[in-house]
Amino acid sequence: MSAPQTDILHMRTKRTWSQDAWRLLKSAPLSAKFGMAVIAFYFFCALFAPWIAPYGEAQIVGKAYQPPSWAHPFGLDQIGRDTLSRVIFGARNTIGIALITVLISFAIGGVLGIYAAVTRGILDNVLSRIVDVLMSIPVLIFALMLLAMAGKSVWNLIFILALLDSTRVFRLARNTALSVAVQDFVEAARLRGEGLFWVVIREIVPNILPPLIAEFGLRFCFVFLTISALSFLGVGIQPPTADWGSMVAESKTLITFGRPQPLIPAAAIALLTVAVNFVVDWFLHKTSGLRDGQ
Amino acid sequence: MGNDTKRVRGAPLIQIRGLKIEGYSDDKWHPIIKGIDLDLKRGEVLGLIGESGAGKSTLGLAAMGYTKPGCRISAGTVMFDGKDLAHASQEELRKMWGSKISYVAQSASASFNPAHHLMDQVVESAVNHNVMPREAAVTDAKDLFKRLQLPNPDTIGDRYPHQVSGGQLQRAMTAMAMSCRPDLIVFDEPTTALDVTTQVEVLASMRRIVDEFDTAAIYITHDLAVVAQMAHRIMVLRYGNLVEESETRSMLKQPTQDYTKSLWAVRKLEKPEEKSADIALAINAVDASYSGVMKVLENVTVRLPRGKTVSVVGESGSGKSTLARAITGLLPPSKGRVEFNGKPLPAKLKDRDRDTLRRIQMIYQSADTALNPRQRVRDIIGRPIEFYLGLKGKEKENRTLQLLRDIELNESFIDRFPGEMSGGQKQRISIARALAAEPDIIICDEVTSALDQIVQEEILKLLMKLQKEKNLSYLFITHDIATVRAISDEIVVMYKGKVVQQGLKSEVLNPPYPAYTELLLSSVPQMDPDWLTGLLKKRSGAAQSA
Repeated sequence: MSAPQTDILHMRTKRTWSQDAWRLLKSAPLSAKFGMAVIAFYFFCALFAPWIAPYGEAQIVGKAYQPPSWAHPFGLDQIGRDTLSRVIFGARNTIGIALITVLISFAIGGVLGIYAAVTRGILDNVLSRIVDVLMSIPVLIFALMLLAMAGKSVWNLIFILALLDSTRVFRLARNTALSVAVQDFVEAARLRGEGLFWVVIREIVPNILPPLIAEFGLRFCFVFLTISALSFLGVGIQPPTADWGSMVAESKTLITFGRPQPLIPAAAIALLTVAVNFVVDWFLHKTSGLRDGQ
Repeated sequence: MGNDTKRVRGAPLIQIRGLKIEGYSDDKWHPIIKGIDLDLKRGEVLGLIGESGAGKSTLGLAAMGYTKPGCRISAGTVMFDGKDLAHASQEELRKMWGSKISYVAQSASASFNPAHHLMDQVVESAVNHNVMPREAAVTDAKDLFKRLQLPNPDTIGDRYPHQVSGGQLQRAMTAMAMSCRPDLIVFDEPTTALDVTTQVEVLASMRRIVDEFDTAAIYITHDLAVVAQMAHRIMVLRYGNLVEESETRSMLKQPTQDYTKSLWAVRKLEKPEEKSADIALAINAVDASYSGVMKVLENVTVRLPRGKTVSVVGESGSGKSTLARAITGLLPPSKGRVEFNGKPLPAKLKDRDRDTLRRIQMIYQSADTALNPRQRVRDIIGRPIEFYLGLKGKEKENRTLQLLRDIELNESFIDRFPGEMSGGQKQRISIARALAAEPDIIICDEVTSALDQIVQEEILKLLMKLQKEKNLSYLFITHDIATVRAISDEIVVMYKGKVVQQGLKSEVLNPPYPAYTELLLSSVPQMDPDWLTGLLKKRSGAAQSA
């Protein structure tokens, strides 16, 4: 191989991580770029809600059910709070709670799933059967029942949803880890005398990360919708905290008067769900293509 | 229609002119076949050989008018019996496939539907193409089974695919391809996945049946000795171009192109054997079984002298890979013990200390699964250096670069992922990973069987060079006798979990042989086009006199 060619190779492989990420972003299709822009906008709203929102979360600024005006573009709700401000604060609560829930469910389901796949045996059997039992009960009904038992607090909501959701994560993590654990390179690492922890972190996790990340995006949507559904049913996030699901529930009667107010938080939910799915679709396509190439 | 006047042996059947095929990847069309002419007469068998990526399968499929998904015929014509298949509609092609042209794939087990009886699948194309009614097709299939020398030809059709052996399945697939008496059969590496002893029978039946029905055939393989038995004429392909084409005999006697000569060369690689009494690893009367029921190893005793190569040969199921698992501690022996440098080796992997683990390393058959696709070469080779030798940072990097030079790879490979390397390069990285531990013994499990012949030779040469430099002992597990001849000092022949014979290469490869060794050795195809005929004559003669 001649010298200039070697240099090119070096330059190609020495690219930094941030340059790689930037190139990847630029190559994304329009739908994924749109999705990422929407998600970024939502997170911006969630982080800076108190500075962006024109009024406070629970501040009463006028008469109930006031129609949209220049001062209140989305109108006022049933006790005279500004709907726009509540939608912005709702982003913070709804997204924040969904994110924490998904993180916890991945911590529980991912760790146990990989551990079960690597150790096999009795522990694997016991965990898998428990998961089968939990999964046989419909999530929404099970969550309603547990919330009724534990009481309606935000942390109860987070832990119950995280626990129920972790069963799905467990199955995915276990199955993908199982197919990696039988590969020769894992055997080679074991023959080298590596400990279980090292084998999992260095050999298995990097290979199951793409499907897990894709699942993370999907789970985020599902949890988010479940919270909205629970809030709509009245056992989710409690007033006066603003949350899109309960906002739809509170203003649902306005639909009969032809007013668009209930549709605004609903649209916020729908838009985020679509945006996350666009990004996840692109990511799945990207990683599966990479595997084909190898 | 079988005795149609057109079906005369020697009449032209296929004419391919200026064929170009392109494949789509990375948003571009890349040429796979770069303008090839091919002629085939009725009753003729044409061999296509070349390394993987030479385009031989693509060309073979194109002769059927088929291109794989993501490929297209960009120029040229494929005239089959007066019809241009390159520009025929899907409807026309579907009528031809199965009835006039059929295909025998490499893996018969993947090509049969496991949920149906063999017979249903064998007669399917004859019935669907309305060639004959089902009863006639079944009778005919039984006749074909008999001609293909399948055991119990009348009842074997009632079995499911998993109930017959790989060799039998491959013959059943040939019967399926034959059921409509096609004008052309394309064989795509049909015996590559079979053991040598099975391969002989399958080759013999295929050759006989093609000959009896005057069917034209295209035989695709990378094994020269096999193609020499089957084909009347051979085409050598490389990078989508034709390298050389001639009658089989003249091709074998005097290849004109350098590339063709290099394909022959690996067969001549031979290391002089050396005797040694300094034993590095001794396996004493070892039994091993999976889950305590089936004995996979029985009373196996093998000695590996220091700095030498012992080859373990046998067909699949002979227990040779299990032997490797017993030595490495993945499958502790149920009886007997393994001694390493005169001291007993703990049976279980977790009872061995790090220094013992370091001294016995393993290289796998498939570098694709043996290397973590998400680690760079730097980490793959660097980890054992750090783990066993405790080197870090700059020292580790220098050692890694030194190893890359040892395995004759450019230093720039240090930042590559396995997906960015060829098969041979990946196998070199596997070797470097084993070397990084500075071992005494390396167990090589079929390390060359997934590689092309030329790459195989390079890897074998590299292994021999490293052995000399570092005084390594190799336990070389393989089913390929040519490899055994090339690399070993001593040979162990295994059959059904037992050692049939162990001795110096010159002893094992020369008479007198135990019965199984003789069967194994005589089944290895030779570069002589008369080899198969001669062997069958000899065997049937021996059977009659017995």
